[in-house]
Amino acid sequence: MAETLQNLALGFSVALQPSVLLYAFVGCVVGTLVGVLPGVGPLAGISLLLPATFGLTATNAIVMLAGIYYGAMYGGSTTSILMRIPGEAASVMTCIDGYAMARKGRAGAALAIAAIGSFIAGTGSVIALMLLAPPLANFALRFGPPEYFTLLLLGLLVLAYMSGGSMVKSLAMAVLGLLLGMVGIDQMSGYFRFAYGVMELGDGLGVVPIAVGLFGIAEVLATAGQEVPPKVLKPKLRELLPSRQEWRDSVMPIGRGTVLGFLIGIIPGSAHIISSFVSYAVERRLSRHPEEFGQGAVAGVAGPESANNSATSGAFVPMLALGVPSGPIPAVMMAALMVHGVSPGPLLITQQPELFWGFIAFMYVGNLMLLALNLPMVGIFVNVLRVPYSFLYPSIIMFCVVGVYAVNGSVVDVWIALIMGALGYILRKLGFETAPIVLGAILAPMIELALRQSLAMSDGQYTIFISRPISGTLLAFGAALLLLNLVSWMVRGLDWRRRIPLDEKGENL
Amino acid sequence: MLTTDRIGGSALCLLALFVMWESRTLPLGTWRQPGPAYFPVLLAALLLILGALVWAMGGGAAPVAGVGWGEARQALVILAVSAFICFGLERLGYRLTMLAALLFLVWLVERKNLLAAAVFAFALSFGSYYLFDTLLRVPLPRGPFGI
Repeated sequence: MAETLQNLALGFSVALQPSVLLYAFVGCVVGTLVGVLPGVGPLAGISLLLPATFGLTATNAIVMLAGIYYGAMYGGSTTSILMRIPGEAASVMTCIDGYAMARKGRAGAALAIAAIGSFIAGTGSVIALMLLAPPLANFALRFGPPEYFTLLLLGLLVLAYMSGGSMVKSLAMAVLGLLLGMVGIDQMSGYFRFAYGVMELGDGLGVVPIAVGLFGIAEVLATAGQEVPPKVLKPKLRELLPSRQEWRDSVMPIGRGTVLGFLIGIIPGSAHIISSFVSYAVERRLSRHPEEFGQGAVAGVAGPESANNSATSGAFVPMLALGVPSGPIPAVMMAALMVHGVSPGPLLITQQPELFWGFIAFMYVGNLMLLALNLPMVGIFVNVLRVPYSFLYPSIIMFCVVGVYAVNGSVVDVWIALIMGALGYILRKLGFETAPIVLGAILAPMIELALRQSLAMSDGQYTIFISRPISGTLLAFGAALLLLNLVSWMVRGLDWRRRIPLDEKGENL
Repeated sequence: MLTTDRIGGSALCLLALFVMWESRTLPLGTWRQPGPAYFPVLLAALLLILGALVWAMGGGAAPVAGVGWGEARQALVILAVSAFICFGLERLGYRLTMLAALLFLVWLVERKNLLAAAVFAFALSFGSYYLFDTLLRVPLPRGPFGI
């Protein structure tokens, strides 16, 4: 414990440097704006500023990008509560009860609960990250290719299971993503695969164009022709204080959301999105008044908002300790670190203690910064939403183009984003989830390498995945998930995910 | 009945068959030493099974006729403008391409006042260039006469 505190002191000595604080502040402000603007998610925001971090130190770069990620989680709740439009995907659940509270005249209280819940969850999960990452990194030294393969496979299965709709469809989307990840030069043999003579495809389809296309451009296409955006409710500063009853109602959901979000965040998958869905379902199940959900239940705001913030920190655990990105955003952040010659993984904590502990300390500082930014300045951020949609969506397209082009300076990437946008639009129309595609595409090179190395190690025996204790256990978890899904498919009424009506999941927003 | 899942399942099966066909030119390798085609073929086989399952279980899904395509026309226009951006970016330069694309979208597609559209398009295209290229040092392409 004394060693942890000593390391934390080292981290604060890094995080409180004026330059780090400045970049953290810039990241938090940009992140909040990104979260507030519908259609521009944290991924697009991070992708946009990624090239701008190339000239910074590794610590400043990671702090700024993490500030955007955190800020987007905070800012996303604003549009959900005041307009019933999720600023980013993880805020979908907040729309339901947050907007209902706003219509009852409790917009200020809903915003305050969301911000304070996010702050508590963010801080709590950083403590967990701080305590968990170093021992996990030690444990990860025991991981070989079979363990990595089963871990990544488990991540895809968890994402498919938690996605809410049909697990078969989600798995099909994950496999589609893995196939997209096959484009480019095979890292073991040097063969060009599915590149059709386009040299730029040698490095494969980038994470940024795929994600910006599937989330950013597809969102613009799906909302095309939208008339004037809904009326924005603007709370006054004095209305921000929740009542005593609202405080009481939010304490336990914030606690549960923090724990749940962190645990879900650790598992590779679109953590912050899934965590808010699961938290909402859990809160409704545990509530003494489930009928209040959808009508402005405080727990329906406090739980999901805490969970998605907590999951954000949780997602950094596999990234920092194992070198495995748990989703598209950590993958882009890993890319930013690699540009600076820093490889996230089990050796990061011992080889780069200033960076690791500086990053941990920033999370404490960043949470405070965001709380100070979000509550008193909510009125300023809300003004962004007054931009008419006919001016807003061309701006979003412009940001998507700049963000994608800037990463490699390649028009091919912009074409890929465009094709992915069209694909994402059609898939949404057909009722397929697109998040598993992105994760599949990210994990594809790692999962293929791990599989081929494992088979080479075992002389072609697939039993290697069962015979080794860690990979066997992970595989058993995966099999249990498949079995659970099969059982709930046979006995439809038992599946909790089906009990959330479609309009509450955001499909009809 | 033609449902969204039936369409989606069929498309996935076709894609899986296409990947298998395209993989024939790559070495498959052996169990001990998997080649570059090994994993794509494995994935394509899995996708074929999953696509077939989606198709088989998709009888009760939403009918295709019930899917609203009200915004499709405008979505196509936005896609076409985005394609123009891709074509123009390195030929006309960032500023001119964006200026034209934004002006087209706001003035002709959204039917806003020409002056407002022109001011918006000019401010955003040149302003974003200044922000990203000049201030943040993110290199964006220049067109004729260095614009």
